[in-house]
Amino acid sequence: MTAGPIAPGRGAARRRALVERTALLGPGLLYLLAFMAIPIALILVYTIFTRGRFGGVVFTPTLDNFTRALDPIYTAVLGSSLAIAGITTTIALLLGYPTAYAIAMLPKRWRTVALILVVLPFWTNFLIRTYAWIVLLNSEGVVNQALVGAGLIDRPLELLYTRGAVVAGLVYAYLPLMILPVYASIERLDPQLREAAANLGAGRARTFFDVTLPLTLPGVITGALFVFVPSLGNFIVPELLGGGKTVMVGNVIRDQFLKARDWPFGAVLALAVIVFLVVLFVLQSWASRRVSTGGRDA
Amino acid sequence: MRRHVPAPPRATWLVAGALASTLALAACGGSTGGPATSDASSTLPSASLDAKADLSKQSLVVDNWKDYMPADLPANFEKAVGPKVTVSYHATNEEIMAKLTAGTDSGIDVAFVSGPFAQALAAQGLLEPIHPDLVPNLSNLYPEASKLTYDIGNVYSVPYSWGTTGLCYRSDLVKTAPTSWNDLLSPAADVKGKTTMLATDRWLMLPAQKLLGYSANTVDPAELDKVKSTLTATKPTLLAYDDTTFYDRLVSGEAVMVEAWDGWCNYGIAKNPKIKFVVPKEGSDLWADTMVILKTSKNKEAAHAFINYVLDAKVQSWVVENILYKVPNKPAMDAVAAKLAESYPNLGITPTELLKGEGLVDLGAGAPLYSKIVTEVTAS
Repeated sequence: MTAGPIAPGRGAARRRALVERTALLGPGLLYLLAFMAIPIALILVYTIFTRGRFGGVVFTPTLDNFTRALDPIYTAVLGSSLAIAGITTTIALLLGYPTAYAIAMLPKRWRTVALILVVLPFWTNFLIRTYAWIVLLNSEGVVNQALVGAGLIDRPLELLYTRGAVVAGLVYAYLPLMILPVYASIERLDPQLREAAANLGAGRARTFFDVTLPLTLPGVITGALFVFVPSLGNFIVPELLGGGKTVMVGNVIRDQFLKARDWPFGAVLALAVIVFLVVLFVLQSWASRRVSTGGRDA
Repeated sequence: MRRHVPAPPRATWLVAGALASTLALAACGGSTGGPATSDASSTLPSASLDAKADLSKQSLVVDNWKDYMPADLPANFEKAVGPKVTVSYHATNEEIMAKLTAGTDSGIDVAFVSGPFAQALAAQGLLEPIHPDLVPNLSNLYPEASKLTYDIGNVYSVPYSWGTTGLCYRSDLVKTAPTSWNDLLSPAADVKGKTTMLATDRWLMLPAQKLLGYSANTVDPAELDKVKSTLTATKPTLLAYDDTTFYDRLVSGEAVMVEAWDGWCNYGIAKNPKIKFVVPKEGSDLWADTMVILKTSKNKEAAHAFINYVLDAKVQSWVVENILYKVPNKPAMDAVAAKLAESYPNLGITPTELLKGEGLVDLGAGAPLYSKIVTEVTAS
């Protein structure tokens, strides 16, 4: 910033800009403050108090909740949740990137159609779509009946209520969240860059790995985060498609609040997930910045 | 007969789930045990109520589970007795507890809650003791109905419905009919992979506790350890842990034997009469849903009149016919249960038999122990 006398009128302009910015940001900030900051603050407060006998908290300070959270069973659940979310994200990327690429290569008017098709599932309630998977996969379900009917198998396969079913359900649920940001970054990519690479003698594979992929990495990272975060916290899919036999951290947290009535302990587990996700977001923004500046400012 | 199914489970899972953890969660570990009962009666000075109060000047807010009483009940009550009734709804015991314990007057006069939760409210001094002289229909209740462990003598709650937990199975698809919790916990080869257990802590633990001869309320670490290893060994044999759709699974044949609340097994029987219900020989639990009057109510005479009206045999027999739950109301059961029991035999379970079930009591500081074991079992 240049130091120097501020011209008259500049202060007024700055004030006006401030007012404008406040007016624009205000409603959103207020909303976030009311419905995000306050609940998170409550979670923080709950963590250091004692469970009330009938739910709620008793304001006797304790650090017990934290020591309990370190029990191997909870770290194991967190670990397996991370693994499931990680596998989900990887599969979503492997499926989503080619899809996004193909959509970006379509003629313009077909792109819109394709994008609408991608988000179309969101028009139906998530629970109903998840139940559709049960109808498809259960031992008396459509897939098994078709396979048995076609004589391909003697007895129904165990497709549902497995870890695989949970991953399949999560990939299905969040795949659009991978496709959209990746599509946006591929679509933004200047086609001349690829032409230049080709002119300089790069093959299609080399062009992809040296030009397209690095330049679309921010989209990939965003998409990965969009898939990973809700997968980690999901408790409906493990319950419905995992038959309660696969437990993710979201299930344990939900149970602390709704079944065990152990709010402080639930708050500690929730806090652990929040901290983990914040670290992830920091890494994401750092990585995106690094990628978009080609690593020069790191 | 109109069939009450708690909610079309496939479409509205959350509602059904909520019902699972409430309606039938009657006996859930809210609170219970003798001490709180005496606390309640000693710490609650009962209001002096005027039996001749002009009820038409009073109005009521009643909080209940959706579809748990006749839809025309408020209108009929107003016509017959006078007070206008507004009904509000809760999906879970936890939800109504949050409303009632928030520290301010909730505006609710009468609430339907599961037994242990009624006790929790009483222990906090939030309930008006029931004035028996204002509820003459209390005489409709079976003598056994005043022996429920969460509120012996019905000091501050009046039971609305009650039942137990057992095995619900497809008699045409199992080789031998189950008689023991062991048939669920160590399933025979022909049913392996086709059984489900309830997912809520207390009922997930119940079969192993009863099989091993322990109390369903045990907090003894050695006993709980054995319960845990029994349940862990059972897990690989299960199709799923399921609180909400187990009877549908029986109907489709996806499951052939499930741990089930008696009333919910009836929803399966309604669709396929080959479905049967049995209380295993090792014993089971006893749950009850109750009506309570809030201390903050300004219409306590009307509130008593409402409870009295609900205890009418006609209203209570509606519950049996439509919810397929047993009620602790003798004339109501005498009127409809015998006939219904032909199709739904568990409606024929007598109060004496029910009372053999163990009332689940609040575990106090032991509750987190249960939820930890459940996590260890289900995550194993």
